[in-house]
Amino acid sequence: MNKITNRQIICEVLSEHAKTDKDIVVLCSDSRGSASLAPFSKEFPDQFVEVGIAEQDLVGISAGLAKMGKKPYAASPASFLSTRSYEQAKVDCAYSNTNVKLIGISGGVSYGALGMSHHSAQDIAAMASIPGMRVYLPSDRFQTRCLFEALLKDEKPAYIRTGRNAVEDTYEEGNCPFEMDKATVVCEGSDALIVACGEMVRPAKDAAALLKAQGISATVLDMYCVKPLDANGLLAAAKGKKVVVTVEEHSPFGGLGSMVSQVIGANDPKKVINLALPDAPVITGTSKEVFDHYGLNAEGIVKTIRENL
Amino acid sequence: MQNLKALSYKLRQNVVDMIMAGKAGHIGGDMSVMETMVALYFHAMNISPENQDDPNRDMFVMSKGHCVETLYAVLAEKGFFPIEQVIREYSQFGSKFIGHPNNKLPGIEMNSGSLGHGLPVAVGMALAQKMDKRPSRTYVVMGDGELAEGSVWEGAMSATQYKLDNLCAVIDRNRLQISGTTEEVMHQDSVEERFAAFGWNVLSVDGNDIDAMNAAFDAAKDVKGKPTLIVANTTKGKGSSVMENKASWHHHVPSAEEYEQIMKDLKAHEEAAQSVRPEGGLSLQAQQSKTQAKPLTERSEREGARI
Repeated sequence: MNKITNRQIICEVLSEHAKTDKDIVVLCSDSRGSASLAPFSKEFPDQFVEVGIAEQDLVGISAGLAKMGKKPYAASPASFLSTRSYEQAKVDCAYSNTNVKLIGISGGVSYGALGMSHHSAQDIAAMASIPGMRVYLPSDRFQTRCLFEALLKDEKPAYIRTGRNAVEDTYEEGNCPFEMDKATVVCEGSDALIVACGEMVRPAKDAAALLKAQGISATVLDMYCVKPLDANGLLAAAKGKKVVVTVEEHSPFGGLGSMVSQVIGANDPKKVINLALPDAPVITGTSKEVFDHYGLNAEGIVKTIRENL
Repeated sequence: MQNLKALSYKLRQNVVDMIMAGKAGHIGGDMSVMETMVALYFHAMNISPENQDDPNRDMFVMSKGHCVETLYAVLAEKGFFPIEQVIREYSQFGSKFIGHPNNKLPGIEMNSGSLGHGLPVAVGMALAQKMDKRPSRTYVVMGDGELAEGSVWEGAMSATQYKLDNLCAVIDRNRLQISGTTEEVMHQDSVEERFAAFGWNVLSVDGNDIDAMNAAFDAAKDVKGKPTLIVANTTKGKGSSVMENKASWHHHVPSAEEYEQIMKDLKAHEEAAQSVRPEGGLSLQAQQSKTQAKPLTERSEREGARI
């Protein structure tokens, strides 16, 4: 049972690099605790900027810092970062092409019973539709580390969504295949393709194991790079499959499912089923209870594939 | 040494030509903000085509991005690109000279257009200058209607939280916005008190008086521990009675008759300013200004290939 959250890993990676790279700046909007970035703020007070509960200021200041050569990492709850400061992400980061990394913490339905104000089921759609904005949803702590090591090397804006809770590992210590902007094949099969991102990758992997026991083999593709979507990797994985199932902690509109459907529809038409949150405020519960309720779990994925093969 | 008052009226004529050729433009605000921009680029700021990549250059953000025509006129006069090219290409199909600042053009740091973005961005720039102990300063120009945007006040708070005395903001207080006076639309009459309450050093000056603007920017450089706001009290459409103080000229393309009259008025202002002997007509600060514009023709040939 993994207890280490992806956000803790983000803090670790940024802290490791901040020791030698003094241009790394972390910004929070009264969110350093939620983001697990309090250790960074204590160790590197000169590389930490607190802006208070002001997401527009958070992103605008980040863009100004980036213009001057700083490498800002702005962390704020995904629900606020992706909507309250959406225009700053669009104009000050993407349009002005500033090297700002926006970290949406407690993404999706992480905040569970706190309700729709605190849920970000629209962030993929919102951010992905901004020209020049990349969107990443790492699946586990090992991939989160690989992703941030890669992001530290580039100078372009990106939005990264991470959840609040620790997630079960998809990969292993020392064995996390990763190539920037290339989807990772978690396991290979011949009957169905499951494409997932973020916290839905582990349930997809579990679903493949359950299906295998039932004589159905499935490929699981970890599309952590929702934008730029790895279309070549997707088409290679989809080749010969009878059905493609997408799984995401997001609205049914404009997310991973929509983007995968576009690519499959244009290049290798076949049935694509999108598993997602409903187009409604979600039922009250912990994120696990919410996932189970809407079939965003291994059993739900298995059921969908069995019904559509 | 340059007669900046005369230059302000010469550049106004370039702006009007730009707007006539492009058949678009925010002419009223362009005219009101002209002295602010001339004072910044020809007196206060350390910026030129030669040092545009120097990390120690002064930074500028045009938060009221719709007045890009005045920014183009000033940047062209500084030698960033030829004014003839701007007038020819502004707002035309495929042009880089669009209706708001775009940093694909030399001399423009940040894209803007949506109001309320500039101050937080400038706070970030000034903060980075402080972090790296740079000698440079950051300037941002906002409109008065823009102050209704909440993000302006988020930026205002953080500027004093981080004691950004290297940050100087200007409000082009022309008192008009699209729908009418700022007082009718959303009152801003206590803007000086509001910013002072946020901890800013506040100067309120005649924003169409080039000497007053130069002096205000000089005074701001001496203030320690807090950012400075210059409230530039201006006249929208400044320079011709055809357009002065008329909200309908916020965004307006003059007719042929209006154009004739406006250009006649602006030229008369320019000539009147030229007739004033510099030592009598300019402030000490302006006389000490080292910034010199180069003749337009030389610059056109040299810089034309950059774009």
